Amino acid sequence: MSGGLGNLIKTLQIDTRLLGMIGAFIVISLVFHVATGGTFLTPRNLFTLTLQTASVAVMATGMVFVIVTRNIDLSIGSLLGIVGMLMGVIQVQILPDIVGFGSPSIWIITVTIGILLGAAIGAFQGWLIGYLVIPSFIVTLGGLLIWRGGAWWVSKGTTISPLDPNFVMLGGASGTIGVTASWALAIVGSVLTILFLINTRRKHVSHNFAVKPLWAEYALGAILVSAICGITAVLNAYLVPTRILERRFAAEGLEMPEGYTEAYGFPISVLIVLFVTIAMTIVAKKTRFGRYIFAMGGNPDAAELSGINTRMLTVKVFALMGALTAIAAVIASARLGSAGSSLGELDELRVIAAAVIGGTALAGGVGTIYGAILGALIMQALVSGMGMVGVDSPLQNMIVGGVLIIAVWIDIIYRRKTGDA
Amino acid sequence: MSTPLLEMRNISIHFGGIKAVDDVSIDVMPGEVVGLLGHNGAGKSTLIKILSGAYKKDAGEIYVDGKKVEINSPIDARAHNIETIYQTLALSDNLDAASNLFLGREITTKFGLVDDTAMEAESRKIMARLNPNFQRFSEPVRSLSGGQRQSVAIARAVYFNARILIMDEPTAALGVHETAMVADLIKELKAQGLGIFLISHDTREMMDLCDRVSVMKNGQLIGTEKVEDVTEDDILSMIIMGKNPKKAA
Repeated sequence: MSGGLGNLIKTLQIDTRLLGMIGAFIVISLVFHVATGGTFLTPRNLFTLTLQTASVAVMATGMVFVIVTRNIDLSIGSLLGIVGMLMGVIQVQILPDIVGFGSPSIWIITVTIGILLGAAIGAFQGWLIGYLVIPSFIVTLGGLLIWRGGAWWVSKGTTISPLDPNFVMLGGASGTIGVTASWALAIVGSVLTILFLINTRRKHVSHNFAVKPLWAEYALGAILVSAICGITAVLNAYLVPTRILERRFAAEGLEMPEGYTEAYGFPISVLIVLFVTIAMTIVAKKTRFGRYIFAMGGNPDAAELSGINTRMLTVKVFALMGALTAIAAVIASARLGSAGSSLGELDELRVIAAAVIGGTALAGGVGTIYGAILGALIMQALVSGMGMVGVDSPLQNMIVGGVLIIAVWIDIIYRRKTGDA
Repeated sequence: MSTPLLEMRNISIHFGGIKAVDDVSIDVMPGEVVGLLGHNGAGKSTLIKILSGAYKKDAGEIYVDGKKVEINSPIDARAHNIETIYQTLALSDNLDAASNLFLGREITTKFGLVDDTAMEAESRKIMARLNPNFQRFSEPVRSLSGGQRQSVAIARAVYFNARILIMDEPTAALGVHETAMVADLIKELKAQGLGIFLISHDTREMMDLCDRVSVMKNGQLIGTEKVEDVTEDDILSMIIMGKNPKKAA
């Protein structure tokens, strides 16, 4: 990169790959906005887009760790299927008889069991990979068949619905936190972001490390805060349709006031994605566990000689992948309000594509959480955009496949240029 | 004679039917450099990997300060202040110098999170001593030169107060200037009282740096001699013929 813009990016210390992905997302959005005659970049569509991305995004963060340790997990789509199915059975057929129908404890117990189950299955697969040294490709390819078969076996091909009403809120389609809480959250997020920037700078100054010029810190802070507020504003701009509001007032026997409006705000599933993103970023960058994952990916022998138990690390990485897949199963089944035995089919490929488009290198050692989230968003934007324009489903798959290959090719060129092998 | 800092006594290990190390005994005194010589496959690296905890011995004992110790993992070796610099450098190429230096022994904050700022500050301190020209702290080590990578590997061993240092071909990948730098460093560490095992193919370098040399062939120890008592030709014949000319004479 040359000239003033290059220097600006360098001074701000912004990842050029991140800029590239945001750029790609904007270009895709603008193209579809024009092609759809102005319906793509609307609060309503962006709201739906975030809902559709949520479950793949949650799994993509775990896939980053799996791929960074030079492994792969092909089983997650099927794992999502069986965990979603079992959670459906638990909340619809078992728990209402024990704790009573509609009890708020139903969703809590269901989600807890689901996450434990996902982690246990993941840990078992990780044990096969780490301790019995069976290649992860084979173990999880087997898992893909076994868990999908299991989901069919549990349900005998039927779909379980309707799911518990509290559980369904977690999917986000009918569970949003409203305008006030959304803005409160945005303010808290902005304050924490600024405190983080100040704290980082203070630490660097106290150790006499080089720091960015002060204006660059201000600029970075301003960009981040406007991004947070911008996203909040968009989600807060999507109004609940008037007839839904009328129906709600009617149900309570009230008359809707003239000109009354209400907006959705943050869907709960998107909040889950935000929480997972932040937690996984901290794990990746700031914990020993995360450091060892990247060390193992960079050089497994060096990690072993440094006293890191790489076998146990493999088990933990796959257990975490399983737990995140269970969270994704909650979001996916809650959004649909039902658990069918084909839930999550082909999700493993969407998730791997999201991680790879987000800059995770299949050779291991390299990958970021925010990259995977953006990768998931770009993929979903492509798919929904094409759907809105009226591209046939087979052609959609062909285009997504082509984009995946081109994205990885661009990534290889990028790495070669920056010497970031 | 005083107690050796470290002694490996009657060590054996076999892989399948092959005796990689067969009843070998070596030792090192404080402030002494002991060279290990031999052809590829003579068993030097295997012997050293037993000491660093990468392999488990089948027979024999290890003594530190005259006390018997058990070394079953790299963590055990470190607990006895035995540090190793491997031929392959054993660095994670995708991590920066500080992360590599502290790998497995990270400095953490009071919340248990890794403290990168503190680790970089410590890395800068030790590097200022070992290799003052080193400035590239925030880049992955893959982008560093051979000498710079070697100084990261050495810094890792020295930082954690090694008493016994194992260096497996420390200068194999280095240029002339960098080799001289490592030689100076070995002399400095020796003056500080460390016991050093040095593996190398370069007989001349060994004659210059070592106090004693132990020669191995086919997994067996041919002999251990003080460098002032032997010529380079004597050592070469031990390596090639597998016979100790002094004992034969």
